[in-house]
Amino acid sequence: MGATRQILLTRHSVLPGFGLALGFTLLYLSLIVLIPLSATFFKTATMGWGAFWEAVTTPRVLASLRLTFGASLIAALINAVFGLLVAWVLVRYRFFGKRLIDALVDLPFALPTAVAGIALTTLYATNGLIGHWLDQYGIKVAFTPLGIVVALTFIGLPFVVRTVQPVLEDIEAELEEAAACLGANRLQTFVRIILPAIGPALLTGFALAFARAIGEYGSVVFIAGNMPMISEIAPLLIITKLEQYDYAGATAIAVVMLVISFLLLLAINLLQWWSSNRTKSNR
Amino acid sequence: MSATSVLHTPVPLEQARSAATNEPALMRWLLIALALIFLTLFLFIPLASVFYEALKKGGDVYLKALQEPDALSAIQLTLITAAIAVPANLVFGVAAAWAIAKFEFRGKSVLITLIDLPFAVSPVISGLIYVLLFGAQGWFGPWLQAHDIKIIFAVPGIVLATVFVTFPFVARELIPLMQAQGAEEEEAAVALGASGWQTLWRVTLPNVKWGLVYGVILCNARAMGEFGAVSVVSGHIRGMTNTMPLHVEILYNEYNFAAAFAVASILALLALVTLAAKSFVEWRFGHDQQTSIEEHAA
Repeated sequence: MGATRQILLTRHSVLPGFGLALGFTLLYLSLIVLIPLSATFFKTATMGWGAFWEAVTTPRVLASLRLTFGASLIAALINAVFGLLVAWVLVRYRFFGKRLIDALVDLPFALPTAVAGIALTTLYATNGLIGHWLDQYGIKVAFTPLGIVVALTFIGLPFVVRTVQPVLEDIEAELEEAAACLGANRLQTFVRIILPAIGPALLTGFALAFARAIGEYGSVVFIAGNMPMISEIAPLLIITKLEQYDYAGATAIAVVMLVISFLLLLAINLLQWWSSNRTKSNR
Repeated sequence: MSATSVLHTPVPLEQARSAATNEPALMRWLLIALALIFLTLFLFIPLASVFYEALKKGGDVYLKALQEPDALSAIQLTLITAAIAVPANLVFGVAAAWAIAKFEFRGKSVLITLIDLPFAVSPVISGLIYVLLFGAQGWFGPWLQAHDIKIIFAVPGIVLATVFVTFPFVARELIPLMQAQGAEEEEAAVALGASGWQTLWRVTLPNVKWGLVYGVILCNARAMGEFGAVSVVSGHIRGMTNTMPLHVEILYNEYNFAAAFAVASILALLALVTLAAKSFVEWRFGHDQQTSIEEHAA
């Protein structure tokens, strides 16, 4: 314990428990997260590069990756637009039921994904409340890639709202008054003053929604239809391969997804660092 | 990966805006209407439909679906899983926050990033990693088989996968809160002769109680509702290794929609209780912050 203090601590502290707290943290983190996660990389290492490349470039895997990233991107874009709108309306305007709606925006964080999945499927199926209406116009949602976008939009909904909302609340009215005094109309003020100020937060929310959508499984499997090459997402393909005891194939797809997720995490951290630096320098 | 779920104080009501910095009334109502239509389509109707579908065939069918032995054992397993995963991650969260917030050491920011890692991992991969370790073909598979220990397709696997997906919830609430509070109060307690545990119990934990409760609420909601990770390691044995979300899936795939939605409605209710508790904690936390600001000013 004394040794840990001397090696790691950069500043002396009178408080006890550093060795115990950090030791337990590192042990628990390693056992639950780091060692199990590294198993995927060791597993692919035993495959060899050729076998790995072959496993992740089969047409079925490529189609599932394309679908996962494409649908996630569309859903995150929808959430960027409507999340900004919802955040704007919640911050700027008064209307009946605003507090309740504000609290309910977090529902996709709290509602188990399987529940969201069966509810959306029932609604958007051709005999469902919304699906029936859309079917009259020849639009089929459930059991098509469009259904995947709907599910991913649902689960990513709170991210943009919750990242943009506090930044929008912090924008000083004086800034907009100055713009108005200088002759800008509301649209110009929005595009030139407000949008640049909330830009980093909007981008962070978009990236968070995108990252969440890529890994999503529970809400999608019910509504997707899960047809290989057409509506089969990458996480589902991992499960299919596991059920066929193709551990190496499943792990290879997992490694591709993990690497992309970690890169996204890095990008999100950089974005948040950028956005907090900006707010600091503005003050 | 909800960087957004960190406890923050609710802001006061918006101040009146002058005409020059507000939109025309027509534009305002149009934007509000658009936002409400979007939320209705994607949030309110799906939520309401869970309860509608659950009760469509009457209260008898609803209650019967919940009293069925498989449903009861699913509820029991969900409660057991949460009862292990939440306290485990609570203890971890307090330890990690104590080390990170009260001491200066090398590699701290790396450690914080690593704690957040499980949020960046797909639930399916969270299950897969334990199959690679403890499955029949996994690293420890032969050893576990020789000693007749079952982890995958059994309760320990479900608990492990749940601990993984709920790993960061408590820690990520406590770390920023305890960092913001600094170490002066704890240092004073130690200087006055309190032991480390006394300081933790009497000074630190009371100071962060709302952050702690907040983290536990979110952690519990995810622990009870997790689907993807648990689905990979469970093996879907009815009455044995089915949690509530997995039971919903089985009933739904058997076209037993009324029963599926009946069990789902319990989970939806849990989500609503979670949101209510979360709003309450945010309100109380804001209230406490306000009083402490006023006390400092006085």
